[in-house]
Amino acid sequence: MTDFPGAPTTPSTGRLRVLAAMSGGVDSAVAAARAVEAGHEVTGVHLALASNPQSFRTGARGCCTLEDSRDARRAADVIGIPFYVWDLAERFREDVIEDFVAEYAAGRTPNPCLRCNEKIKFAALLDKAIALGFDAVCTGHYARIVDLPDGTRELHRAVDGAKDQSYVLGVLDADQLAHSLFPLGDTTKDVIREEADRRGLAVAKKPDSHDICFITDGDTQGFLAERLGTATGDILDTDGTKLGEHDGAYGFTIGQRKGLRLGRPAADGKPRYVLDISPVDNTVTVGPASGLDVHALTAIRPRWCGTPATGEGRYTAQLRAHGEEVPVTAVLTDDQLHVRLDTPARGIAPGQAVVLYDGTRVVGSATIASTERAVEAQGV
Amino acid sequence: MAYLDHAATTPMLPEAIAAMTAQFGVVGNASSLHTAGRRARRVIEESRESLGESLGARPSEIVFTAGGTESDNLAVKGLFWARRAADPARRRVLSSPVEHHAVLDAVHWLAEHEGAEVEYLPVDAVGRVHPEALREAIGRAPETVALVTVMWANNEVGTVQPVRELAAVAAEFGIPVHADAVQALGQVPVSFADSGLTALTVTGHKIGGPYGVGALLLSRSATPVPLLHGGGQERDVRSGTLDVPGAAGFAVAAELAVERQPEYATGVGMLRDDLVAVVRAAAPDALLNGDPDPAGRLPANAHFSFPGCEGDALLMLLDAAGVECSTGSACSAGVPQPSHVLLAMGVAPELARASLRFSLGHTSTRADVEALAAALPGAVERARRAGLVRSVR
Repeated sequence: MTDFPGAPTTPSTGRLRVLAAMSGGVDSAVAAARAVEAGHEVTGVHLALASNPQSFRTGARGCCTLEDSRDARRAADVIGIPFYVWDLAERFREDVIEDFVAEYAAGRTPNPCLRCNEKIKFAALLDKAIALGFDAVCTGHYARIVDLPDGTRELHRAVDGAKDQSYVLGVLDADQLAHSLFPLGDTTKDVIREEADRRGLAVAKKPDSHDICFITDGDTQGFLAERLGTATGDILDTDGTKLGEHDGAYGFTIGQRKGLRLGRPAADGKPRYVLDISPVDNTVTVGPASGLDVHALTAIRPRWCGTPATGEGRYTAQLRAHGEEVPVTAVLTDDQLHVRLDTPARGIAPGQAVVLYDGTRVVGSATIASTERAVEAQGV
Repeated sequence: MAYLDHAATTPMLPEAIAAMTAQFGVVGNASSLHTAGRRARRVIEESRESLGESLGARPSEIVFTAGGTESDNLAVKGLFWARRAADPARRRVLSSPVEHHAVLDAVHWLAEHEGAEVEYLPVDAVGRVHPEALREAIGRAPETVALVTVMWANNEVGTVQPVRELAAVAAEFGIPVHADAVQALGQVPVSFADSGLTALTVTGHKIGGPYGVGALLLSRSATPVPLLHGGGQERDVRSGTLDVPGAAGFAVAAELAVERQPEYATGVGMLRDDLVAVVRAAAPDALLNGDPDPAGRLPANAHFSFPGCEGDALLMLLDAAGVECSTGSACSAGVPQPSHVLLAMGVAPELARASLRFSLGHTSTRADVEALAAALPGAVERARRAGLVRSVR
């Protein structure tokens, strides 16, 4: 960045000032290296998101630890780019962690990665980057950006279907997309690992992170119990019969089967699932799998990757991270998205996002507020 | 690049490099009895004598260490342990809240693990400790004070402490005083004999000598409990095979730094004043931290707060524009922290985070200051804009 700060970048040259978010993992390291190779002026930044940056991770999970910060710094050294640590812990706590806890407390099932993309990586970070003179933020997400001849951009699924992360990027609007760079969308993960190795990046063999980064021991229930306390409530059958007790309704997720601790089996001998969570009276309703069948849902806070969808449309929808795509009909009325599923689907929880696709293209997303079941549970 | 971070480390002097490299190819452990050992021992002792001459100390008062951090730890912990062993009532450690972490964390450790009672002497708005405050603190219970440790000059804001006066107060009560003079050496006159101190920390790499070599100047009556046990090479106070090239390089650097100090202080002080003017022109609302009186400040130091900017954003923008400076301290993960020095001086946390240190050195030129003048206006403007961003997404 020899002339920096100085003349603004000319977009036509294709050479951008890029801020590469580097988690300390292999994906973001290769993404930053590819951005350099594409001719951009790249600066690496590691986001300190944990309130206690001294904490060492246990095992190989998490993305906000001392070791990850060092791994990111080392990768930036190898790539040969400047590197800084930005402290976004306070924003992260407010916008992601507190939201996560509040959502569970309200009986919903949030997706913190999606929230982090919406509020931190492509908002707090992007806005700061742009104010400081950068043109774009680059991440190691697996998704593809397609530039159309008319200058607009589309977000598409990655070619590696198993690694595709377009679902957690479904919250990005056109403006955010215009300032984003996802250099890994056209490549499969195994190729990325080989490439990292070839580039001399020591993180090549670092295991993938799967868990929620701010719950380093993977114990979500313990994390929530610490913040929300315990409150004994009833576990009910669909007809309202008390089957057992629990320590707090927030400890459950719609579709959950394990950990119900119900002494006796159901009358029909079939497994029981969490059908509904009611934080108001602190009850959890369980019932047969058929009770999970959702044929329609309403979602709020719609966000569109390009032009907002109008009228009724046919799409495919993904209803949770790593979930199957299902054909749907969607219609937007009064800022609410009504989605009708062609065939009922299970394991759909309020708080999760519905992301609409047209082929591989992401159309938009919204937060699931309520679902309609084929078989209604009692007391809902 | 315009390197404006000499207080972090400064380029080695060619003379120091020559003195070190002359020793690298020669074998000899200074503790060995044969010819090679005697040759090495001779280099060590000549370096010790030279250092003593430069620093106003007897050769026997110089304990070679691996640098400033070790010297500070040896002085603070070692003297505490020794004084408490002689009288269990001595548990108070009097220090200042603007110390370097090598002292601050050492006294904190003593409080956490060794039952020390640490008292931080108050500092004024420029970060200075006053002798009356020390007298008051000692006077409350003189017999319970283990030691006093106050730095000679502050590494962040450059404020020079009244070390001689502080040592004189403590001397009335027979209490040992340690001072970290890592930043002071070469910038202001430093004489161990005149200071009245019991222990004084110096290090090589801040004065054009090598990394990893320092010394604790220690009056002969002081017998701190060692941190490192082993061969007892240095007065039985410090063990470890002596670093012959390091001692030689350090001694030469100290000799030159002290010899050149008066002229250097004048020249670098003028350049520093130019730098201050450049900053004021680029950011009229920037606040100079530390003593505005040149007599009370290190001549190579300038330290500013830029309201509305984040120090780390400014640092990044300046770095990208070829100007290297510092925000103070970061935690081990690299997260910028508001300076404990500024906070102790009464600066608001928000403003403390908005601060940068510019430090000049023996290779600094007018061109470095001009590079800052060219880069700073744009950087401040951008950082201020970024500081205003409160995302509405």
